This record gives sequence, C-alpha cells and structure tokens, in this order.
Amino acid sequence: MVMALISPFVLLIGISFTLETGAQDEWVLSLANYQAVFEKPQYLRVLGRSLVISSLVALTTVLLAYPAAYFIAFHVRGNKMMWLILITLPFWTSYLLRVFSWKLILGYNGVINSALLWLGLIDQPLDFILYNTNAVVVTLAHAWAAFAILPIFVSLQKIDRTLIEAAHDLGENSIAAFIRVTLPLSMPGVIAALLLVFIPTVGDYVTPKMVGGPNGLMIGSLIQVAFGRLDNWPLGAAISVVSMITVTGTVCAFLFGIDRLKKLVARA
Amino acid sequence: MKDRAFISIKGISKHFGKVRAVDDVDLEIEKGEFFALLGPSGCGKTTLLRMLAGFEVPTAGEIYIDREPTAAVPHFLRPVNMVFQNYAIFPHLNVFQNIAFGLRKDRLPRPVLEERVNDALALIKLDGYGARRADELSGGQRQRVALARALIKKPKVLLLDEPLGALDKKLREQMQLELRDLQRNVGITFVFVTHDQEEALTMSDRIAVMSSGKTIEHGPPSQLYDRPRTRFVADFLGTMNFFEGRVAGSDGDGLAIETDRLGMVRAQGPADFAVGDRLTVALRPENIRISPHTPNDDVDTIGGTVSNTAYLGDRTHLYVTLEGSDQPVLVARQNMDGSGSDGPAGHAAVSLWWRRSSVLLLKSG
Ligand SMILES: Nc1ncnc2c1ncn2[C@@H]1O[C@H](COP(=O)(O)OP(=O)(O)OP(=O)(O)O)[C@@H](O)[C@H]1O
Ligand SMILES: [Mg+2]
Repeated sequence: MVMALISPFVLLIGISFTLETGAQDEWVLSLANYQAVFEKPQYLRVLGRSLVISSLVALTTVLLAYPAAYFIAFHVRGNKMMWLILITLPFWTSYLLRVFSWKLILGYNGVINSALLWLGLIDQPLDFILYNTNAVVVTLAHAWAAFAILPIFVSLQKIDRTLIEAAHDLGENSIAAFIRVTLPLSMPGVIAALLLVFIPTVGDYVTPKMVGGPNGLMIGSLIQVAFGRLDNWPLGAAISVVSMITVTGTVCAFLFGIDRLKKLVARA
Repeated sequence: MKDRAFISIKGISKHFGKVRAVDDVDLEIEKGEFFALLGPSGCGKTTLLRMLAGFEVPTAGEIYIDREPTAAVPHFLRPVNMVFQNYAIFPHLNVFQNIAFGLRKDRLPRPVLEERVNDALALIKLDGYGARRADELSGGQRQRVALARALIKKPKVLLLDEPLGALDKKLREQMQLELRDLQRNVGITFVFVTHDQEEALTMSDRIAVMSSGKTIEHGPPSQLYDRPRTRFVADFLGTMNFFEGRVAGSDGDGLAIETDRLGMVRAQGPADFAVGDRLTVALRPENIRISPHTPNDDVDTIGGTVSNTAYLGDRTHLYVTLEGSDQPVLVARQNMDGSGSDGPAGHAAVSLWWRRSSVLLLKSG
C-alpha cells in the first residue's frame, strides 16, 4: 500500500533528474530540467498565476459553500443527509460536462450574453466573460463546491447548540453570536475546505484549457503539454516537482499563519 | 401592580405539538429567594426555565420579571442569565475569555475588565486559572466557570438547570453548600432546577414540585416534607408508608380512621374530611418507633413481625409485616453510638408506635 503510494512519486523525482536525449534506453543524470524551469520566466509566472487562481477559487468556493452548509446544519429539521445529497447532486455529473456547461453559459453566444442581449442591456455579446481568469475561477469554484460543503457542514453540525444559546444568554444577538461562537468553532471545516479545493485545483488543466484562454493558463497545462505534445517527460516531471514543492510550501505557510493568528487571538 | 411578586408566572403553558410540556403553571418568586423546581424527568422543569430565559415562547400565559412583562423582550436582552445543564463552556476560549464573554458590550477598559474577571475568579475559588483552556478543567471547575460567567453579568435572576447533576456525590454535596453561600452573598434570585429531592430540600428557600407539566405543590422544604397535601409530593419527597382508609368518626381533637392495614388510627388531621370520606393515611418511616412500651396516650400502636432489615450506616430500615397483610411497613431506626447491630432482627415480634401528630391525611387518588 505504502509502496503503491510512493513509487509513482519516486519515479517522478527520478525522471526529473534525467535528460531527454531522444535515444531509447539512454539515461543521463542532469539538472538541466530544473535549470529550464527556473530560467524561463514563463514557467514561474504561470506557476505564480496558478497559485493566485487556486487561492481565489478556494476562497470563492468556501464563500459559496458556507451558507449552504450553514443552512443544512442549522435550518433543516428533518433529513439532513437528503438535503446534502440534493444540494450536491448537480456536482455528481461528469466534471467535463460541468466545465462544458459553463462554457455554454459564459460563451460568446452563451446564456448570459443571450439574456443580456434579449433584455437590451447590451448591443453585442460581451467577449470578456469567457476565456479569462474570472471564467476559470467561476468554473472551478462551481466544480469543487460539493467538496467544500461537506467538511464545513460536518464542523457546523458538531457545534453544541447550547453554546450558541449561551452566547445569546450572555447578551449577544444572532450576528454577534455567529461571529464569536459559530464561526470560530467551524474554522477547522473552513480550513479543511480551503485546502481540499486549493491543492487539487493548482494542477488542473482541463478547465483552463476550455474556458481560460491565454491568460487563464495554469501550471497543469504546461505539465500536460510537456508530457504530451512536447514528449519531454523529464521537463514535465521537473515542473511537477517544483509545483508540488511550491504547493506544499504554500500550504505550510498558510497553516503556520493560521496558527499564529489563533495564538494572537487567544492572547487578546 | 405593586403587589405583584418579583417574578410572577401567570398561567404559563408550553405545548410541543400534542405534548403539554408545561401546563397552566402559576408561580410567584420573591426577590433574593433560592427557589427550586423539583420533579421527575420529563415533567417540564427545563421547559419552564427556558421560558423564563426567553429561549422558548410560551403557548399561553405571561411571565413578569422584576414586575415587567417579558413577552416582548428577546432572550439576549433579558436581565436573566443561565447556567446550562452541560455548562456550555466555550471550547475555543480560555477561562478568562469565557468569564468575560458577556461583558463585551460594556466596553470596559482592560484593567477594569481584568479586575472584574479576577474578582469573579476569586468568588468561585479559581484564582489564577484565567489562562486555562476549557478542556483542561474538571467537571466541578467547569461548573464554577459557568456560574462566574453568568454572575459577572449581575443578572436580576440566575437560572440553573441541574447544575450539579454531572458531579459525583461528595463534590455535589460540597457544591450544594457553596452555591447556597454564594447565593446569600450575592443576593441574586436563584431559580434552580433539579430532579434530586435531597438537593432541593438542602438548598432551597422554597420548592415547587412539578409533575406532567403542572405544579403540584409549592412551599418551604420543611412544609412540603412534614405536611404534604398531596400523595404525589408525600411520595416524591423522602420515603413514605401509605395506607388506605375511611373516616369512621370525629371528635374534638381529631379524626378516627379505619385503615386497611393499621386498624383504627387517630389523627389530628385537617377538618376538611367528613365521616365516611375515603382518604390515604401517610406515615414517615422515621416517625414509626419500635419499643416494647408506649410512652403516653397520645400515640397509636400495632404489633408486627420483622420480615427483613437493611443496614444503611446511619440508620437501619426494618420491614415489619402486620397481621393480616403481606405488604410490610417500612420503619427507620437511627443508629447512634454504634447501635447498628442491636435491636430486633428477622422474625422478631415487635410493637410499633407513632404520635398522632405525625399521621398525615391525604385525599385519595
Ligand atoms: N423542543 C421540544 N420539542 C418537543 N418536545 C419537547 C421539546 N422540549 C421538551 N419536550 C418535551 O416536553 C416534556 C418536558 O421536557 P423538559 O425538558 O422540560 O423536562 P425536564 O423536566 O427538564 O426533564 P429532565 O429532568 O429529564 O431534564 C418532555 O416530554 C419532552 O419530551
Ligand atoms: Mg431538564
């Protein structure tokens, strides 16, 4: 089991230190791939943009998922499981299908443009809503919403309701009680949701390709191109390793920051 | 409206669908009183308390606190604070922050806030515990923090829902006395929910006994224990022997009652029974004595056989079978100076006697 988990990883690291010579069965150890990654500004720029896009996606997703999770945890009386399933049902369809439907909605002849045209709010279709960063963020946020709802729901569901009553009893209205009790107690779920969305979306290449346009390009696309069209596996592996380390670093920095914040709040 | 009590509960009901959790309750509670709501599980104590706090909206009736109607006052603005059954200590805050939670709106400068919280910590004997996390506290400490967190708000009324229920017996007895002292010191009206009759007797100025959403009787502990007016209260507080009977005659100093198992019993009972009425005669086990000779003529006696004994340390329970009945009478005998092993054992023939003044007459049913 452990072997199955780490062997692709080891293989990837191994490949990243070899050189693509074109000849079969010939392996040369080299740092050239890493040199390429760090020398060409294109790679690091795309990697940086990927991190920004994924962070935006994670934030958007959590902002969308929180109210839904809150509603199910606090206002649904009967069968919460059924509501969870109902709300996440649209997310059970194929990922590709969902990305494609966003293309239909945001596109030049898409639903939004048609509606705006029909309402007479615009004279010609807006072209800035598809093939850019915003489109990637919207599409990815929608695609990952279900994964964010679940951890937030679980952490909200676990909160002892008498704690909220105690906050009311001590003079806080609903909004203050939410900010001082419910929100901090649901933070573990929020953090889990942020990571659960952030980590896999950094490497996504389908969505950027379909709705992102040239500016929506993400690191996953470059990896895919390296492994695919360029047939330069060592380069692809090197980009993968660099992006993996960057993501790990970002996540660690984020968790460290949260920890510091918690300590700061605790002292106040 | 000057004659209205400090807290006045008028015709309060709370129905959950078909369940009448609280059913037409009237109560008046005086300022500074330690008032207990006592009753078996599910009788509506918590629901009544939650209506006082404003967490439940009454189906009918009105509650006045400090002589003001409360129906329009939302829970977070009531001059009332609550100690919850599970204490509801905020797990993400330390002891200091928990106790200071309700003071946010007062916008106190930091030194004043610290002084108030430290005073509260001293009051509950937890000086220096401010930085402790909630999950580093024992049950008794959590209970104290919940108490301090509510008291620091200086409420007009403190509501406590079985605050000692989760503690072990020794700690509970200690906290009973501490809580009682604390209440006297702060002078705040306490309304206290419990299903433990001993706890209610120990701590309260007055007790309201509840059953199935109704208050059955209320009064000072000694009155409810010594002179209950209903069979429910007589049975719920302490232990009691019951006998069915019928009034056979009455004269100047009392009634003569023909009972099923005790024969003819005389009582100085209330005058609201007439000859021929059916009633229940009740006798506390500790008011029945075992002795070969009877002290004077103000007593009744009956002979029986000890069928079983139970040694309880400070006292021994004797089950005495009377002639013509197999349901034994319970007699409690105090064990003083190591007298536990003395006295009649199984199958000994004994003579029981009791003072007429200790015979209670209750309406049948
Ligand atoms: N929110 C509710 N919905 C429906 N029924 C309820 C609700 N709260 C209480 N009840 C019912 O009302 C009755 C009284 O409940 P309550 O909690 O007041 O009892 P209690 O005297 O506090 O009991 P305990 O000693 O077990 O805490 C019970 O039959 C209970 O099932
Ligand atoms: Mg209760």
